[in-house]
Amino acid sequence: MLSKRIIPCLDVKDGRVVKGTNFVNLLDAGDPVECAKEYNRQGADEIVFLDITATHEQRKTICDIVAKTAEQVFVPLTVGGGISTLEDIRRILRSGADKVSLNSAAVKNPRLIAEGADSFGNQCIVLAADVKRMPDGRYNIFVSGGRIDTGIEALGWIREAERLGAGEILLTSMDADGTKQGFDLEITRAVAEMCSIPVIASGGCGSLKHFHEVFEKGKADAALAASLFHYGILKVQEVKAYLRQNNIPVR
Amino acid sequence: MIGVIDYGLGNMFSLANALNYIKAEFRTVATPEDSLGLSGLILPGVGAFPEGMRKLALSGIDTLLKQYKKPILGICLGMQLLFEESEEFGLTDGLSLIPGRVIKIQNAPKIPHMGWNELTINFPTTLTGKLPDKSQVYFVHSYKAVTDQQYLAASSDYYEDITAIACRGNVYGTQFHPEKSGDAGIIMLKNFIQLCEVQQ
Repeated sequence: MLSKRIIPCLDVKDGRVVKGTNFVNLLDAGDPVECAKEYNRQGADEIVFLDITATHEQRKTICDIVAKTAEQVFVPLTVGGGISTLEDIRRILRSGADKVSLNSAAVKNPRLIAEGADSFGNQCIVLAADVKRMPDGRYNIFVSGGRIDTGIEALGWIREAERLGAGEILLTSMDADGTKQGFDLEITRAVAEMCSIPVIASGGCGSLKHFHEVFEKGKADAALAASLFHYGILKVQEVKAYLRQNNIPVR
Repeated sequence: MIGVIDYGLGNMFSLANALNYIKAEFRTVATPEDSLGLSGLILPGVGAFPEGMRKLALSGIDTLLKQYKKPILGICLGMQLLFEESEEFGLTDGLSLIPGRVIKIQNAPKIPHMGWNELTINFPTTLTGKLPDKSQVYFVHSYKAVTDQQYLAASSDYYEDITAIACRGNVYGTQFHPEKSGDAGIIMLKNFIQLCEVQQ
């Protein structure tokens, strides 16, 4: 049986991990390569680097980070943030990443999903969908770090992205993100049941119970968390031990 | 030293990184001549079966592999190419190094089969020596090999049986990516390198 994946996300700005970390055993807790190695030791099933670098020039540093990580960490690596062209995708994959996640650029130019999938394989292309619940109960797609409402209805866009060739959906609930009150189970379940590709749930995780819920009730294939792991509130192996006790298959 | 076959399909960086990590000596092999003096070959690959066979034929590496007596390790698409035929995009002949055929995964609600899954060892091979029980490995594939029990060294369960490791004599294939399978994958790559050195 396929294991449910636990995916720590590292927010990287100008080559450094932001949000700070509580890894007392690391020489340099701001070094993304060291953090990735620590997550690997903890049993992370995959590692996501989210590049929140402001300027284009400094984006090259994310490639160096991926290259250095890929020399020492042998689990899948995903890079997201600021990827807008086929050349960006190529450069990141050539650095040693296994997948790229596309967000704003895919909304602006949906063909990028198809071109990326055709050139590098569906399994490389992750659609990152930042969604927010509207007063009428529907969900809209937000871009630019959740600041801009595109007015696009989320389920329709995700279905379209799958049709274009996305191999996976990284679903972030803007409502839940940062609250530590748990994942948005409703939208996660709706997307997971609609899609025939894996769904990674993100946003809102604050406890062990939330991980269990998102797999049991949200039907997610993987769960992603950033600050929870950054700040050492939970370790990946604790999450897995808890899930195992609750009969959720994990590695 | 072993060779990693470069036929222009998929990225070889991960495999090269893993081989460097275990301090295995290797070089890329793009033509049959490149393989002279090497103690074994790895056939990686991501992509479609017909394209894979076409590219191997272009360089003559298909003929080399069919006659090769030293250890071979096929990974993912590279593993599927070791079989007799595949039904991906119509029926295409493979390298026929292991009896069996490659078919679409039948029963799964989500395809590709992507993620970590447990290995069930059916019989021990050099490749799985020292591998802890219930090790999990990383898969990404939509097609699977169907082969006789005698070649089915390990399988995984994804709504149906998935051939995870196939083996016939010196020819090994892993449907999963050992170079992305954490410690378990590193153990298997080390085992393969050791096998090549011993037979040298």
